[in-house]
Amino acid sequence: MPRKLPALTADNHSFWQGGRNGELLIHRCEACKRYFHPPSPICPTCTSFEVAPQRVSGKGVIASFTINHQPWTPELAAPFVIAIVELQEQKDLRFVTNIEDTPPEQVHIGMKVRVRFQQEDDVWLPLFVKD
Amino acid sequence: MHDRQYEKDVAITGIGQSEVGRPSTLSGMRLTLDACLEAINDAGLRKEDIDGIACWPGDNNNGDSFSPVGPLALKNALGLEVNWFGGGYEGPGPLTGLINGAMAIASGMCRHVLVFRTITESSTRQHNKQASALSNKTLGRDSSFAWQWYTPFNVLSAANLMAIYAQRHFHDYGTTSEQLAQIALTCRRNAQRNPKAIYRSPMSMDDYMQSRMISTPLRMFDCDVHCDASTAIILSRRDVAKDCRNPPIRIEAIGAALNQPWSWDQISLTEGAAFDVGRMMWSRTDLKPKDVGSAQLYDGFSILTMIWLEALGLCPKGESGRFVEGGQRIALDGELPINTNGGQLSGGRTHGLGYVHEACLQLWNKAEGRQIADHQVAVTAAGGGPLGGSLLLVRD
Ligand SMILES: [Zn+2]
Repeated sequence: MPRKLPALTADNHSFWQGGRNGELLIHRCEACKRYFHPPSPICPTCTSFEVAPQRVSGKGVIASFTINHQPWTPELAAPFVIAIVELQEQKDLRFVTNIEDTPPEQVHIGMKVRVRFQQEDDVWLPLFVKD
Repeated sequence: MHDRQYEKDVAITGIGQSEVGRPSTLSGMRLTLDACLEAINDAGLRKEDIDGIACWPGDNNNGDSFSPVGPLALKNALGLEVNWFGGGYEGPGPLTGLINGAMAIASGMCRHVLVFRTITESSTRQHNKQASALSNKTLGRDSSFAWQWYTPFNVLSAANLMAIYAQRHFHDYGTTSEQLAQIALTCRRNAQRNPKAIYRSPMSMDDYMQSRMISTPLRMFDCDVHCDASTAIILSRRDVAKDCRNPPIRIEAIGAALNQPWSWDQISLTEGAAFDVGRMMWSRTDLKPKDVGSAQLYDGFSILTMIWLEALGLCPKGESGRFVEGGQRIALDGELPINTNGGQLSGGRTHGLGYVHEACLQLWNKAEGRQIADHQVAVTAAGGGPLGGSLLLVRD
């Protein structure tokens, strides 16, 4: 399906392009060791600038989801799943994504998923499939 | 604790609202002028008395239908001479104009602030079916602060994010579609008594359950109805408010807190900003939830009304489904009437100030065919996800 892609910046490109090497990169603070998302030059917990993208497992669970039925554009006629996936590395470390390759009616909260990247132009979208 | 509760220096003295069209043939500016002049007149003031203007979200997208008229355009149209004016999206949700206007008065800059909100999404949708709050404003690549994290995954409407919150509410608390339906059914029943409401035909549970699924578990009737309308509220300094035409409606307490990230997916999925807002509001008053006689709670999506019921302590956390079940408690003659004009679900998506307008009508006993029992305390709240603000209103 068609997608509007993000503008890449110095702060966000690691997240959107890590998939080039098959890596899900999430910012982590060296000082307090916490991951955070979206990426930023400073840790929102301890305000340390010692932050950098770090590879994570790409595994997590579905925190919540919805099956979209409304064809907002003609190309989005078929139902698809939008979910918030929580990564296994840290409680509440999560982001919006799509669940692919699973019949929508089988998707549920708590379902284990793993990342699968989909390249669109110079962006590698971190989508998820059933693990 | 707070040393000084600024909102207690401020009262609502007048209200106004244009026609609520679907669509309206009037321009956004004409709708705005109709609402504002009605409000000024309702307060018993002249335009020369207005010395401040506040608006959310202002003309922040070059006049698009989500907010086609901002304070600058209104100031010029009415020839207002002001000490302070302001508008903008980046505040605590659709009640931001009132919250900022109250601060302008409490700080001593203004005596009477004109607060307004205009929306023309209905007429725009005649030729652009995607026109909405969230139809992405960025051209080409998405560089927006928040939406770049969602649009690549085809989140093209707020409905998807609200549906994600609803799904989690269903999962955590056992909330059901039949319970959620009571928000839509209650609004529809109330709208039948409001001549200005958009949807006034009866709706049954069957009608609700058979309505088109938009984004599970939200159906079409869980989503508000676009309209063209403007609403205006006059805020006055409390000591001069007593000279106005209406009995002043005091702002007893404001909720505007956000103690979490401003984000639709990093924020609590079951609390949003609403619980932060509710805690702040009740910390600034001796009144309690049991004192509330009517609640006008944001229903851009039905699940948000449920979250506000819990966040404002009107029912226990997680209990909103059971609280609204059957609809009796929240009916016009129930223990806590909600969205008495039909809300945004059936009344029309006036987007924020409509709740305050209705709360005032009810407090002044001017709501005619939908008037509820006489009461002195009303609560209004608006927003979803990271957007949230609330006002506790008292007519002495
Ligand atoms: Zn840190």
